[in-house]
Amino acid sequence: MVEEEGIRRYVAHVILWIGIAIVAFPVYLAFVASTQDNAVIANGQMSLLPGGHFFQTYYQTIFVGTSGSTREPVGNMMLNSLIMALAIALGKIAISIISAYAIVYFRFPFRMAIFWIIFITLMLPVEVRIYPTYKIVADLHMLDSYAGLALPLIASATATLLFRQFFMTVPDELLEASRIDGAGPFRFFWDTLLPLSRTNMAALFVILFILGWNQYLWPLLITTRDDMQTIQVGIRKMITTTDALTEWPVVMATAVLAMLPPVFVVVAMQKLFVRGLVETEK
Amino acid sequence: MANVTLRNVRKTYPGGFEAIKGVNVDVGDGQFCVLVGPSGCGKSTLLRMVAGLETVTGGEIDIGGRVVNQVEPADRDIAMVFQNYALYPHMSVYNNMAYGLRNRGMPEAEIKTRVEEAARILELAPMLERKPRQLSGGQRQRVAMGRAIVRQPKVFLFDEPLSNLDAKLRIAMRVEIRKLQRRLNTTSIYVTHDQLEAMTLADILVVMNGGQVEQVGNPLAIYEKPSTTFVASFIGAPPMNLMSTRPDEIKAQLGANGAGVQAGILGIRPEDFVITDQTPSGGVALPLTVEAIERVGAETFVYGARAQEEDRVAATPGELPPGEIIVRIPGADAPPIGQKIRVAAIRSKLHLFSADGRTRIEA
Repeated sequence: MVEEEGIRRYVAHVILWIGIAIVAFPVYLAFVASTQDNAVIANGQMSLLPGGHFFQTYYQTIFVGTSGSTREPVGNMMLNSLIMALAIALGKIAISIISAYAIVYFRFPFRMAIFWIIFITLMLPVEVRIYPTYKIVADLHMLDSYAGLALPLIASATATLLFRQFFMTVPDELLEASRIDGAGPFRFFWDTLLPLSRTNMAALFVILFILGWNQYLWPLLITTRDDMQTIQVGIRKMITTTDALTEWPVVMATAVLAMLPPVFVVVAMQKLFVRGLVETEK
Repeated sequence: MANVTLRNVRKTYPGGFEAIKGVNVDVGDGQFCVLVGPSGCGKSTLLRMVAGLETVTGGEIDIGGRVVNQVEPADRDIAMVFQNYALYPHMSVYNNMAYGLRNRGMPEAEIKTRVEEAARILELAPMLERKPRQLSGGQRQRVAMGRAIVRQPKVFLFDEPLSNLDAKLRIAMRVEIRKLQRRLNTTSIYVTHDQLEAMTLADILVVMNGGQVEQVGNPLAIYEKPSTTFVASFIGAPPMNLMSTRPDEIKAQLGANGAGVQAGILGIRPEDFVITDQTPSGGVALPLTVEAIERVGAETFVYGARAQEEDRVAATPGELPPGEIIVRIPGADAPPIGQKIRVAAIRSKLHLFSADGRTRIEA
C-alpha cells in the first residue's frame, strides 16, 4: 500500500464515508421505521432515531403477520424462502457439478452437442420461458409446492459452465494418477474432484443462495396459498394501495428480516467465497 | 519383479499421426531402462502406453509374461511418477501414499507399515501430516516416489521426474533414484530428454527419434559405437562433430572396407581431438581458426572454424553450423581467439557413417 500524505488521505476517506452513507442510510431508515408507531410514520413525523416499538413490531411481524392485507406470519414466509433458496442453491450445484463432470471427463456421442444445448439455455432465463414452465409445473400438480418453487430454477447453465472451466484447469495427471491408484470414475469424482471444488462450490453457493432468495416473479406466479408465500412476495402483498392503511412498521421489519439471511450467508462464507473466486493453486 | 517386453508396438492417433512406429524393447527383470530422445520423439507416449494411459494401436506390451494391452492401468501392477508429481493437493502426504493401497482394500495396519517404511527410506517421516503445497519441490518429488514404492509394483515408470527441479537437486535426486532402484531391485522405465541423466541412470539405454528406436544397448557401448549420426550427436555433450567426407578420404581411412562406399559422414567426439602439428597414421588432422572459447574449469571447449580450403560441411541439418568444430581440452589453458591451430584424432577414435547417416560403417 502506498501511504497518501495529508489532505489527500482525508479526501479519500470522506468520499468513502459518503459512499457508505448512501448505501447504508436507506437500510438504517427501514430499521428505524420498523421500530416506530405506524401513526407517526403515516403523518410524516418519523424521527431519525429508533422508536420504542422494536420488540412489539418484530414479534408481530415474525409470529402474527399484518392484521390486514396478508395474515401470514413472516416467520413462515422466511422458512418458505429459505427452503426454496437452499433447494435452488444445493440443487443447482449438485446437478451442474455432475453434468460438468460428464462433459469434461467422459467421451460419449454428441458430447459437444449436449454441451452447446446446455450453453444455449443461458439465453433462456425463467422470464423468457415462463409460460411453458408454468404449464409444465401446473400439469405436474406442483403449484403451491416447494418442488414447484425450486425445480424450474435448478437447471443451470451458468454453474455447469463454471465447473466445466474449473475442471479443465485440473491437471490431467491427477486423473491418471487416480487411475493408476485404482480409483474408478466415481472414486475420482468423490475423492479428488469434489474436495478440489470445495471453494468453487462455496462461492457458487453464496451467489445462488442470494439468487434464489431474491426470486420474485416465479414464486408470485405459482403460489396462491398464503402459507406457501415467500418473503419477497409477502412484502409486496403487505403494501396495500387501496382502502386500508399500510402497516409500515411491519413492512419495514419484513424488509429488514429479508435482508438478514443473505448477509448472514455472505459473512459466514466470506473466506471461502473470496478464495473460490481468486484461488488458482491446484 | 518382472521383465517388460515391447513387441512391435505402434501408436497411431485418430488424426492419422503415427506417434510410435513399431518399437521392440526388452527390459530384463530389475533392470533400469531409460528412454531418451528429443521432444516429440514419442518416448513419453511409449511410457504412457506401458502404463495403460494410452491405447495401443498395434503390437504387444508384455509385463511379467502377461500381455497387458487391454488391462486397466490399476491392474497392470505398475506405479508411475509424473513430471509434475500429480500429488492430490487436498490430501496429506500420508494419504497421498496410502490412497492407492486403500483403493485396493488393504488393511489399514498394513498400509501404515508400508507408508512408514517408505517415509523412512525417503526421509519423509516428519512431513507425513503436511499437505503437498507446504512442501518444497524436492520433497514433493520424494512423496511422488513414495506413492510409487508403497505399492511394491512389478514396474516403476518415471516420466521426466526430475525436470521440474533445479540443477543441484536434480543431480542429488538422480543419485537417490538410482540407489533406491538398486535397493528395491524393481524393473524401471524412465523417460528423459537429458542425455546426462540417461547415461548415468541406465542399464539399458533406448535412444528414440521420430517414433522409432534409433539404438538400444548399454549406455557406454552406445557412446562408443553410435549406430546412426542422430545417436552420435544426441548422446554426449558437446555433441560429436560430424562432417561429410569425400570417397577418397574414406578409402584412405578404411582401406578395403571402404571400397564400396560412395560418400559418408565422419564423426569425431570433441574430447578425441588433440592439438598437435602431427597427423597420426590413419587418423585425420584439421587446420582450425579459433573462434570462441568456453572455460568451465576442469576443461575448456574450443570452437574453431575449419580453414577455407576445406569444403566439408556439417552432415545433418541442425547439427554444427557449417564448418564449425568443437574441441574439448583438459584444463583451462587454451589458444587465444583468432589463432590458427591444428587438431588431430587417431584412427580408432573415428566414427564413419553412410551418407544418409542411418548406418554405421565399421572401420
